Amino acid sequence: MSEKAANEHARKWDRCLADTAVKTVTGLGVGIVFSLIVFKRRAWPLSFGSGLGLGMGYSNCQHDFRSPYLIHGRMVKVSAQCNFHCLSEVCDTRSHHAA
Amino acid sequence: MLRACLRGANATARKNYRRIPLTSLQQCRHYTAGESSSASKVVVAGLLTVSGGIGGTVLYAKWDHKFRAAVEKNVPYSDWLLGLALGPAAQDPGLPIKKRVELAQPPSMIEKQVKKEGAEGPVKDSSPAPSQPAQSLEEASAEATHIISAIGEVPSVPAPCDTEAAAVKECNECHEHKEATAVHPASTEPMKERPVEEVAARLAQQEQEEQDISASVSASLEDSLASSAKATLQAIGAQEAALQAIMQHTDKLKEAMEAEVLPEEKSNQWKDLEAALADRTTALNDARAALLKANESLDSLRSVIDESKGLKISSVRPLVLAAEENLHNMVVDLDKMVMKVQSAESEAKIVSQYSELVNEAKRQFQREVSSLTPEIQANWKGLTGKLSTDDLNALIAHAHRRIDQLNRELAEQKVREKIHIDAALEQQKLEDQKALDNAVNTALQHVKEDARLDQERKLAELREVMEAEMRTQLRRQAAAHTDHVQDVLKVQEHELKAEAEQVLSSKMLEQETRYRQLTQEQLDNFTLDMNTAYARLKGVEEAIDSHVVAEDEARKAHQLWLSVEALSYSLKTAEADVPTVPLENAAQAVRDSCRDNDFALALASALPEKSLQRGVYSEASLRARFNSLRSLARRVALIDESRNSLYQYFLSYLQAALLFEKSQEAPPSQLSSEDLDPFKLLSYASYCLEHGDLELAAKLVNQLRGEARRVVEDWLIEARLTLETRQVVNLLSAYANAVGLGTTQAP
Repeated sequence: MSEKAANEHARKWDRCLADTAVKTVTGLGVGIVFSLIVFKRRAWPLSFGSGLGLGMGYSNCQHDFRSPYLIHGRMVKVSAQCNFHCLSEVCDTRSHHAA
Repeated sequence: MLRACLRGANATARKNYRRIPLTSLQQCRHYTAGESSSASKVVVAGLLTVSGGIGGTVLYAKWDHKFRAAVEKNVPYSDWLLGLALGPAAQDPGLPIKKRVELAQPPSMIEKQVKKEGAEGPVKDSSPAPSQPAQSLEEASAEATHIISAIGEVPSVPAPCDTEAAAVKECNECHEHKEATAVHPASTEPMKERPVEEVAARLAQQEQEEQDISASVSASLEDSLASSAKATLQAIGAQEAALQAIMQHTDKLKEAMEAEVLPEEKSNQWKDLEAALADRTTALNDARAALLKANESLDSLRSVIDESKGLKISSVRPLVLAAEENLHNMVVDLDKMVMKVQSAESEAKIVSQYSELVNEAKRQFQREVSSLTPEIQANWKGLTGKLSTDDLNALIAHAHRRIDQLNRELAEQKVREKIHIDAALEQQKLEDQKALDNAVNTALQHVKEDARLDQERKLAELREVMEAEMRTQLRRQAAAHTDHVQDVLKVQEHELKAEAEQVLSSKMLEQETRYRQLTQEQLDNFTLDMNTAYARLKGVEEAIDSHVVAEDEARKAHQLWLSVEALSYSLKTAEADVPTVPLENAAQAVRDSCRDNDFALALASALPEKSLQRGVYSEASLRARFNSLRSLARRVALIDESRNSLYQYFLSYLQAALLFEKSQEAPPSQLSSEDLDPFKLLSYASYCLEHGDLELAAKLVNQLRGEARRVVEDWLIEARLTLETRQVVNLLSAYANAVGLGTTQAP
């Protein structure tokens, strides 16, 4: 079963890279399209689009790698009939850790 | 890069010098710089330590003797050293050895004894022992012994003593005392009553001795008496003869003087006179010799009498007395005779003097006559016819002149007569006085002697009387004593009988109880034997049963062991990357073989499910996997919950690329905070794995945190599984071995 742990990392990277590549290319394409159609063949939509794609891919990659550490909280309504001594679940928002 | 380099350098530096304390660096510096001074310092320090140790030991040994003893016992030659330093060890005070018997008696004891002895009455010394009860004799003799030792001097007196009637009581006391002391000083062991036979023998011996002595004394006395009597008689006879001779001589002399006889007869007379004189002298000599002899014999008799008096034997007394009387008589007779002889001698002397005077006168006359008439012969009576008238006239004139002269002389003589007579009377008086004194003295002596003899006779009589009286008293006392002894014996008999009966009854009782005890003992022993036999039989039965049980157990154990072996063998079926066969069957077999063994059952059910269903991986596969995991873990070493952005990933990758650590490093026994570095942990774990310690490797890997931990999680789980299974199987096999060993019968 260790393949899963070791392979997961590798798979993550694969996915990550693939995803980033796809997004970048897609962004580039959209940028090209937009550059061609809307923005008079300027360069900036290309970089913008690729950057957009890259950034999305990076973000996704990061999210993917972070996913084990993410804690999902939920809000629980405290009913009025409950006692004061009842423990109320604290809602946890997604914690953003400083990079 | 710089940071990583620094970190790596620090890590290596820390690793290398972690174990060496900081001070040692300084020491090393010093050590290289001043070698010689430290060596001398070491030597000095060593010497100081040793001397201090020895001094401390000595001081403590001085204070604590047990410590000193322990040191002396354990350390050789320490006793010499400690003896030098402290002197010999104090010995325990030995038990005072007193073996002196207390012999000092207070004076009251002596008084008491004297009183006791006095109270027992006068006891004849010839029979002291039977007249006293044995006890009192023992006491008296014991006390006497005490007194002897207290007083210190023992006058030894021969057994027979004087029995003076006047001092009977004290004498007897002191005799008893003396006898006791005479008998007992030789032996101070417990006294016994002298046996009767011994006493009788002693008495007989004493009597015999007395008799012998008395016989000898009497014989000697008789002899001396006889000899002295003979001598005295002889002397008396001689004296009488002498007396007779003297008287004869005197008579003859008188005759010769006065008688007017013829000249021939005169010459005969003179011849007779001379013969008588010779006789007298011889008789006197004889008498004197006989007197001397008699005196000698009397002296010897006296000495014998004194000797026998000195022996002080009662039976000799009358003999002595008789001898003394005889002696006295003889002495008296002898003296009388001597006196007679002396008086006769004095008379004879007077007569001889007279005769001499007459002879002298005659001679004078003859001379005168012859001077006048030389021719005339002596005998002038025959001359009447021859003389002439002148001669006659001359003769007559001479005769007249002579007569005148004689008358004158006569007158003178008459005048002088009175004076002479007075002088003579005086002389005679003196001589008479002397003779009277002598006679009085001799008479006084005789009378004294008589009186003494009388007194002695009376003493002897009195003594006899007293002895007779004493005998009667003693007889009376003996009778009383026999009565008393009889009574005492009766009483003692009663007492002894009672005592004997008591002793007998007690002994009987004792014997009975002993008998009962013995029978009871025998019964008990028999019961005990029966019980032991029964118990042994039971034991034998139990042993046999237990044998059966044991064999059963052994079989089961064997089965268990076999199943456990199968299980452990199935563990070995793991190959690389392929887990073992599922252990379910083997576990089932084990469970079957230990159905009634809770421990084994618990263990068998403690096998993890996964291992049962899927099997476990072998250590080798785990090791191999780890190596690949290691690189991954290294790469994500920096990622954890807080740092998990892609940039951190990039940094982590960089760190992994630039950081170099030992591939295998021996883990320390205790992990410090620096050891929790993932790289270090991984190298430790590699080392452990290489050396086959999966457990420690798993523990170390367990210390990883963050992403690295997530990455190795599966491996960890697998490792845990393997370890668990192995542990359980080991336990089971150990248990099976133990059980198998337990059930094997020792040869």
